[in-house]
Amino acid sequence: MSRDDTEAPREDGFDDLLDAVEEGAGYYLSCANGHGSLPPRRVCPHCGSQDLSEEPLPDSGTIETFTVVRVATPQFADDAPYVTAVADFGEVRLTGFVADPTAVEVGTTVGVGVGRTETTGDRVLTLDPR
Amino acid sequence: MSEVRIAGVGLTPFGRMPDRTGRDLFAEAGLAALDDAGVVPPAVEHLFFGNFMGELAEHQGHQGPLMAEAVGVNAPATRFETACASSGVAVREAVKTVRNGEADVVLVGGMERMTNMGTAGATDGLSIAADDLYEIRAGMTFPAAYALMAQAYFEEFGGSVEDLAHVAVKNHDNALPNEYAQYRNAITVEQALDAPRIADPLGLFDSCPISDGASAAVLVSDEFAEREGLDAPVSITGSGQGGDKLALHDREWLARSPATERAAEMAYDDAGIGPDDVDLAEVHDCFTIAEVLAIEALGFYEDGAGITAARDGETTRDGRLPVNVSGGLKAKGHPVGATGVAQIASLTKLLRGTHPRSSDLDDPRVGLAHNAGGTVASATVHVLEVMDR
Repeated sequence: MSRDDTEAPREDGFDDLLDAVEEGAGYYLSCANGHGSLPPRRVCPHCGSQDLSEEPLPDSGTIETFTVVRVATPQFADDAPYVTAVADFGEVRLTGFVADPTAVEVGTTVGVGVGRTETTGDRVLTLDPR
Repeated sequence: MSEVRIAGVGLTPFGRMPDRTGRDLFAEAGLAALDDAGVVPPAVEHLFFGNFMGELAEHQGHQGPLMAEAVGVNAPATRFETACASSGVAVREAVKTVRNGEADVVLVGGMERMTNMGTAGATDGLSIAADDLYEIRAGMTFPAAYALMAQAYFEEFGGSVEDLAHVAVKNHDNALPNEYAQYRNAITVEQALDAPRIADPLGLFDSCPISDGASAAVLVSDEFAEREGLDAPVSITGSGQGGDKLALHDREWLARSPATERAAEMAYDDAGIGPDDVDLAEVHDCFTIAEVLAIEALGFYEDGAGITAARDGETTRDGRLPVNVSGGLKAKGHPVGATGVAQIASLTKLLRGTHPRSSDLDDPRVGLAHNAGGTVASATVHVLEVMDR
């Protein structure tokens, strides 16, 4: 696949979050019982609460597990090798992309950003070492 | 409530058959199962069929009726999709239908066509079992998902890639005489460790292959088996299913499989047994770490204690609990929609004493099949028992 001038079709909730992260104002959804989740949601996936509010995403989180992906899908073919990692941000975890395969390990402190993949130029949530 | 007997089972060989259509693969397995059962196609009252990505692989939806006609069955036919647990769920629905008396004879099976998609295409296709917005778009593949779980396991409990290599070595060795297996070559721990990494820490030999194939089983009520004089010594005595959040990051634990725990608890209760009563198990080892997570969640090992089971010879054929004597997904192959019923087929043969590995086992009476979808957001467990005649 090659870079394309047209953006991928918009996904409400998800793309709203990416827009906010790009503006330095990332958020997550928190329920009355303190469970975090990612939009779009009407119901807390952990307890069923419908009382969800947007809370600021903490400035930094910690890599909880990661992998260096060497065999990628066609959408990431030119990006490999790269890291996909899960980072803990307190009430919520995020799965994110790290372009440099040597940049993180378990315990690395990271922030959240939005990047572009090498292969398609699509936006991607990144975990950026601090 | 009717008891559910396994009257017959059938498989295609698993492997690389990129030019064969899904309907032809399932016809081979389905007809083999009907022949094994001594049941004619018109007797079948419902087809329960598992397939994951037929739309992507061969531009074919609505596969239930297509597969029914491929085996000469003129009856309601339903396709089930729960990623790699698709036909495990089909088995569960088939069991319920026979138990509640709605049908005496059902055909259950699955099929997946994958190798025609190529490695990149199949990797892409499999990835849709994960959360598209928050996992796939972050570059996650299925090997990557299980690598994340393996790394989390190592962090929480310890263990090493060498421990995982022993799982692969065991399952390759188990498959050696299995004419239906995709890989019938022995491997060594050194070969597994030296193999290229796919998604660190997992390497090529930690992963099951990309496979084409189909599976089928004829399930009948015990009344029907008796009336027709069928030789059906194995029953499905327990059935369970568990679910979880789709995305790994939304789970409480990254290195445990609560959906498998819940499915197992339900199946054990249903059968009136516990994990200590199981003589052998076919578990969902799409990656070596998955076998470890499965044997812990199924109650055979405490959390963190399953990693050394293969290395210590406890899950080999002569161990206290042989696991994946068929070769598992790892060596037998993993045409994903066919896997759940293929496990039932392998266990049935092992319990009947008609499997090439039967002579290596000590007259097993109770078998367990564990099928998982995605990063175990879906899981089924079935208990099979040899019935006294």
